[in-house]
Amino acid sequence: MTKLQTREIPLPDDFVSYPEARKNAFLKLKKLKEEGRNVIGIFCAYTPYEIIDAAGAVPVSLCAVGEENIPFAETDLPKNLCPLIKASYGIAIKDRCPFFYFSDMIMGETTCDGKKKMYELMDRKLKHTHVFNLPNSQNAAFAEEMWRQEVVNAARDIEDFFGVEITEDKLKKAIKLRNRERKAMMDFFETGKLKPSPISGYEMVSVSSSNDYAFDLEKKIAFLEKRTGELKDLYETQLKGKPSRPRIIVTGCPSHGVIDKLIRRIEDLGADIVCFDSCNGAKEKRDTVDENMDPYTAIAQKYLRINCSVMSPNEGRYKVLGELIDDYQADGVIELVLVACHTFAIEAASIKEFVTKEKNIPYLEITTDYSASDQGQIDTRLGAFIEMLE
Amino acid sequence: MNRYSIGIDIGSSSAKTVVMDEKKRIVRRLLQPTGWSSADTAAQIRTQLEAEGIDLSQARVVATGYGRISVPYADKCVTEITCHARGACYIHGLQDLKVIDIGGQDTKIILVRDGMVSDFLMNDKCSAGTGRFLEIMANTLAVRPQELCGLAAEGGGTSISSMCTVFAESEVTSLIGRGEKRENIAYAVVDSIVQKVAGQYTRVSGEDAQPCLTGGLCGVEYLRGSISQAIGREIIAAPDGRYAGAIGAALNAASVR
Repeated sequence: MTKLQTREIPLPDDFVSYPEARKNAFLKLKKLKEEGRNVIGIFCAYTPYEIIDAAGAVPVSLCAVGEENIPFAETDLPKNLCPLIKASYGIAIKDRCPFFYFSDMIMGETTCDGKKKMYELMDRKLKHTHVFNLPNSQNAAFAEEMWRQEVVNAARDIEDFFGVEITEDKLKKAIKLRNRERKAMMDFFETGKLKPSPISGYEMVSVSSSNDYAFDLEKKIAFLEKRTGELKDLYETQLKGKPSRPRIIVTGCPSHGVIDKLIRRIEDLGADIVCFDSCNGAKEKRDTVDENMDPYTAIAQKYLRINCSVMSPNEGRYKVLGELIDDYQADGVIELVLVACHTFAIEAASIKEFVTKEKNIPYLEITTDYSASDQGQIDTRLGAFIEMLE
Repeated sequence: MNRYSIGIDIGSSSAKTVVMDEKKRIVRRLLQPTGWSSADTAAQIRTQLEAEGIDLSQARVVATGYGRISVPYADKCVTEITCHARGACYIHGLQDLKVIDIGGQDTKIILVRDGMVSDFLMNDKCSAGTGRFLEIMANTLAVRPQELCGLAAEGGGTSISSMCTVFAESEVTSLIGRGEKRENIAYAVVDSIVQKVAGQYTRVSGEDAQPCLTGGLCGVEYLRGSISQAIGREIIAAPDGRYAGAIGAALNAASVR
């Protein structure tokens, strides 16, 4: 660890750590179930929140973490598989996830091979799992129409399952509220554009991955607005004009499973994570659902624009990453590739070329899983990369 | 009163120490096995330096290598990637290099541009292509690693197919068992390392940079020559190559205030 300008990015006094937030969320969800609310468990950014909201149901993220959950999955799933998929399945099959427990039905998409086959098992062995057929390409002629039809199909399934009605009016209201939430998240994330940044990557990923804010969007929006104000004040009163540590954008696979071993380490070792270019991050929240067209079409269009590596080709990713590098004044890009993630692993070479040759900043790929065994190797790579930026 | 800059590279196999004077000339080199405790090794180094009249309280110390966090008297820790890059540039008097460092348990390819690390690729998850592979196979053939390379120069015509060190060891045992000549087995062992390292080399950009070999095996001409052949470029090596990390750390120490 270089003894460089170590700066403790202050967390708010009422900051709730990721594990604590999980606990709070369980208790809130339990209460909602007791009040008779319907709950739908989701895994992926492609699942349209708005149809769940419009059905009066509560969406909870089941995208799990925890190395300890993986052995449970390995009785049914192969070892050589993404840790996120194994952890998600493992925690569910072992009945260790209160979010899964409280979910009445599950929603998934045919994103990557691992996910789509895992959903088959989940549906067969555990709970009704509605799987959307996600097009492989955003550009293909049929893609938008297919995806719109899938959104409609999912809405009908929810209606049948719960005996409710999803009206256009309810959808429009849901769209408006979710867009407000997106804006609040964006304003919160965009404090990372300030130099030096008042917000830590640790705080950003903890908030964006947390289910603690899932149950009352108005409260979530209020919380985010308040926190954004505090961060801007912090910048104005204490940080403005001071030198900045190296600024990093984290891209690639979802990182909430490696918060301590990777995200916090980057910041411990002397760099600031200013932006997450991944499915929970800035790039998703800045893209809103059009409020002026047929709601199903608007929803389908926005969600189809998500630039996950499962899309082929995935041209949008380069454009957005390029913009983020400029807007956030990034000094380097670190890409997280989870073990056995073929799509991000293969795309990494092209992303590296784009970042180093077109944006002219250094790039580092970290391939890892959820275990603690490779911390030393990760520290050496992160340390060397941050030394390159100093 | 000479203000020394000291670089300590605690690797998995051996610990290298370099002492530089104020003019950045190397005045002392130490080499010892790391053993199982990096902290003990660090203490031994301290004792030895002090016994030679080097006042550590006046010196600046930078620690690097796998055991870098175990040197309590270091002013700073810097990764071995950054240090090997600087050290290699110092040794060869060049600012653009592609460093091949075959370490005790990891192998690194470091692209250096204008004296700074521009890209790197580490193999530290698998012992194939590292010093450990050579050590284990030499052991199985009942020779020392240096001797194995000498034998390899006289052999040929055999190869080891296993990627994994553990399975490769079994393969070597089988080859011995069916009477294969030692020279040929030795050749296969070195060839296996060469292929692994050459493969890693080509995955890092910088086709035009001058390749150089650092690390404990850089003095083995047969190895240098074989890897040169595999990558199609003549690799330069110097006797101080095994101290590249410690040299880079000492240079880094010179900038500590």
